[in-house]
Amino acid sequence: MIVTNVNTVPGKNILEHFGIVQGSTVRAKHVGRDIMASLKNLVGGELKGYTELLQDAREEATKRMVEQARQLGANAVVNVRYATSSVAQGAAELFAYGTAVRVE
Amino acid sequence: MEFVINHLDLSLFAMLVTLGYAAGSYAERKHYASILRREREQLQFQVMTAEAYFSEGRVKDTFLVAGSVVISIDYFKRLLAMLRNIFGGRVKAYESLVDRARREAILRMKEQATARGAQMVVNLRLETAAIGNAANRRNRIGSIEVLAYGTAVALHPQ
Repeated sequence: MIVTNVNTVPGKNILEHFGIVQGSTVRAKHVGRDIMASLKNLVGGELKGYTELLQDAREEATKRMVEQARQLGANAVVNVRYATSSVAQGAAELFAYGTAVRVE
Repeated sequence: MEFVINHLDLSLFAMLVTLGYAAGSYAERKHYASILRREREQLQFQVMTAEAYFSEGRVKDTFLVAGSVVISIDYFKRLLAMLRNIFGGRVKAYESLVDRARREAILRMKEQATARGAQMVVNLRLETAAIGNAANRRNRIGSIEVLAYGTAVALHPQ
């Protein structure tokens, strides 16, 4: 499965369109990370726990999107966009969407 | 000593501000040094926000790459920003925070693309989100997340 965020797959022609595919996941962090993060909030710097959490979540969202595309019979997803929103206190939604296509 | 005991809350506050200032500015200096060094290393690697068109048979492989970072501000700078809210104007404390986060995210994306054998990244997109405890409170940005993503292109050697 080829995933890109440009209109086409560079170097290949698009044969067929399948429309929009999407994947999302809502994640919350556990208390231990929360305490570490509030300590880190005093001294500043990178919150590694959060970085990893969001990376995992984004991979999960992408995987779900790719799975949906595969079910439609596509072999590539083009024009992928990511979005983040916080739905509740301490929880974030990671969202990926794109257009499923079949390329040569 | 007596003063410290009598004004425990005040002393605690002063301690947090000092700690935030010392640790925060040390972390920022170190981070900027690391960013500058890695940016020099990655200078040859092309990244663009536009789409690119390649002639037939040039492209070996394409894939999505992403780099992200969650970074937090320190206690001292948060205090400065709160004061700034009264008078208005440039909030330098936050400017350096978002600048660092963006450059770090782009660097991580480049590093991932290089590791997977790409020569350039096209159609770079940047996404910023406020997360964490303060995400739902409007006037207290605690930490931000920056995501940089784009399409990595590996070319056949000419």
